[in-house]
Amino acid sequence: MKKWFKVSLAALAAAALLITGCGGEKKKAEKPAETGKTKVAFVYVGPVGDGGWSYAHDQGRKYLMEKMPDVETTIVESVPEGADSERVITQLASQGNKIIFTTSFGYMDPTINVAKKFPNVVFMHCSGFKTAPNVGNYFGRMYEARYLSGIVAGKQTQSNVIGYVAAHPIPEVIRGINAFTMGVRSVNPNAKVKVLWTNTWYDPAKEKQAAITLLDGGADVIAQHQDTTGPQQAAQERGKFSIGYNTDMAPMAPKAVLTSAVFNWGPYYVKVVDSVKKGTFKPESYWGSMKDEVIGLAPFGPMVADDTKKLVEEAKKKIIDGQLFVFSGPIKDQSGQVRIQAGQKMSDAEMLKFDWFVEGVDGTIAK
Amino acid sequence: MTDGALVVSILAAAITAGTPILYAALGELVAERAGILNLGVEGMMLMGAVCGFMGAVATGDSWFGLAMAMLAGGLMALLHAFLTITLRANQVVSGLALTLFGTGLSGYLGKAYIGMPVPKPFAVEPLGLLANIPVLGPVLFKHNVLVYFGYVLVLLLWFFLYRTRQGLFLRALGENPAAADAMGIKVFSLRYLYVVLGGMLAGLGGAYLSLAYAPSWLENMTAGRGWIAVALVVFALWNPVRALAGSYLFGGIDALGFHLQMIGVPISVFFLNMLPYVFTILVLVIVLARQGGRLTSPGALGVPYNREER
Repeated sequence: MKKWFKVSLAALAAAALLITGCGGEKKKAEKPAETGKTKVAFVYVGPVGDGGWSYAHDQGRKYLMEKMPDVETTIVESVPEGADSERVITQLASQGNKIIFTTSFGYMDPTINVAKKFPNVVFMHCSGFKTAPNVGNYFGRMYEARYLSGIVAGKQTQSNVIGYVAAHPIPEVIRGINAFTMGVRSVNPNAKVKVLWTNTWYDPAKEKQAAITLLDGGADVIAQHQDTTGPQQAAQERGKFSIGYNTDMAPMAPKAVLTSAVFNWGPYYVKVVDSVKKGTFKPESYWGSMKDEVIGLAPFGPMVADDTKKLVEEAKKKIIDGQLFVFSGPIKDQSGQVRIQAGQKMSDAEMLKFDWFVEGVDGTIAK
Repeated sequence: MTDGALVVSILAAAITAGTPILYAALGELVAERAGILNLGVEGMMLMGAVCGFMGAVATGDSWFGLAMAMLAGGLMALLHAFLTITLRANQVVSGLALTLFGTGLSGYLGKAYIGMPVPKPFAVEPLGLLANIPVLGPVLFKHNVLVYFGYVLVLLLWFFLYRTRQGLFLRALGENPAAADAMGIKVFSLRYLYVVLGGMLAGLGGAYLSLAYAPSWLENMTAGRGWIAVALVVFALWNPVRALAGSYLFGGIDALGFHLQMIGVPISVFFLNMLPYVFTILVLVIVLARQGGRLTSPGALGVPYNREER
């Protein structure tokens, strides 16, 4: 065998391994100029143009800049979770940023580590649970909006199979699937929610492929917990419906999107930055609700029936004034066993540890 | 999902997912038949994907994007041709450099395009009556136009290679360029032509990803498909029809994961994601073992041709 061929085969194998091993990494650090402004930095897991998770945070940042002109912001996009993020956060802290928002679950430990080294910088971590003297965490009670969007899906489906493209089997995603399913079954007890895991947050082709598989399997409404609009595009391509997430996804698939469960971070970012400037900042675990307007539902598509809209509005009102709590018993799990007794409500701690599916979900949680 | 519907869904998904690999593999096959090994497929695909996307966004016309993608792939290949044919540089080194270059440059160029929609992506267009044939219809004839073009290209290439005089010359280029030269075949210019043609096909494969399959741009979105294509050419023993079978097989493995989840087979997603790459290595080992370590590769593949030394 020729020598070059051996070399090229070795190179081929090495390259294949390299490519599977490390995903794309991109960084963009806009260096803030030296001014008297308060410097605030944001670390994003995806590109701001993702039309989803990171886009929603960036909309919040823009709102902050609009409301507080004396604030200067820096963003770093597409930062992989893990060691890389620790490097990026350290760099931002040493560049003189006073507040750093780290907006992905996997940034939790890196954020805590860096915070120890920079006691004068305030860190706010999104979607985690750890706090420190200068670290707070925040998230939205997305399950409330998920429940409402479930009502829309449950009314819209004709096949009674609703597909759900899910990212990773973590409590946040499981909680969302459960709340959505309970919304679906509150109006359509015969419907099932079929879950497919992609194990990605941001891979449009893969997430679209998962949605197509669900549509092939008989689903006629596709919900999702991803950072892209791939599932929406699949639904539009097949002439079926979908429920968006993170931001209003209707512009990406106007014929398919019934509504979207959305985050609205802006007002909260203003509140945090304001408290730091006034010196009243306290590290806390903030879990914003629909009442606080941190989460909500995007406008309905034209295909949503009026009586569906009415049902959703009623439920929304009840959630806001506290009459309706999504995870109140009796709640059965997939095997039909009652996990939450009638009259009981799940505590925040229980909801943050969700590791089982409610009745009506068709899928498994990898351990 | 019934068993029948499941099989149809898997086969259709195999073709959708296999098409970008097919284009890239056919491109590499043409270049290698001409005696030039080009390991830059991954880089050329990425450049095709990003340039195609930029072209489609700028003009709103995906066909224009496709032309840009082929241009970008062709230009990348031209660089490789100049280095390896004219300057007689090491083909492995030049190809690897091309991949690194293409990966970096495409990431840089595409930065502003992440998350943008394609104005008019290549949509699914069922092929009239053919699409109504049971089983075969939904598997073969309910795709976008680029998939259909892939079928045609395989047949054309097979006919060209084995049934035409020019195809014979192409094979001679890779087997024994000195003999071809003596016959009066223009070795240098034809090698240039086929390497560039190969690059254009790789670019087309990339554009399929960004304009039809995803359709969106994402850094490194080829995810190793270029390397799989290079390996596939060996697996196919430089035959376009075998390359087609191989591409769809890889596509099928790619698509299989979701279907296994769908019917509730408890396999780790991480394992499934690894499969296409593990399969690539296995195939290379098996093909090499079966050939007794000696491949029926084009005789002069990877060897620079020097007129003075014949």
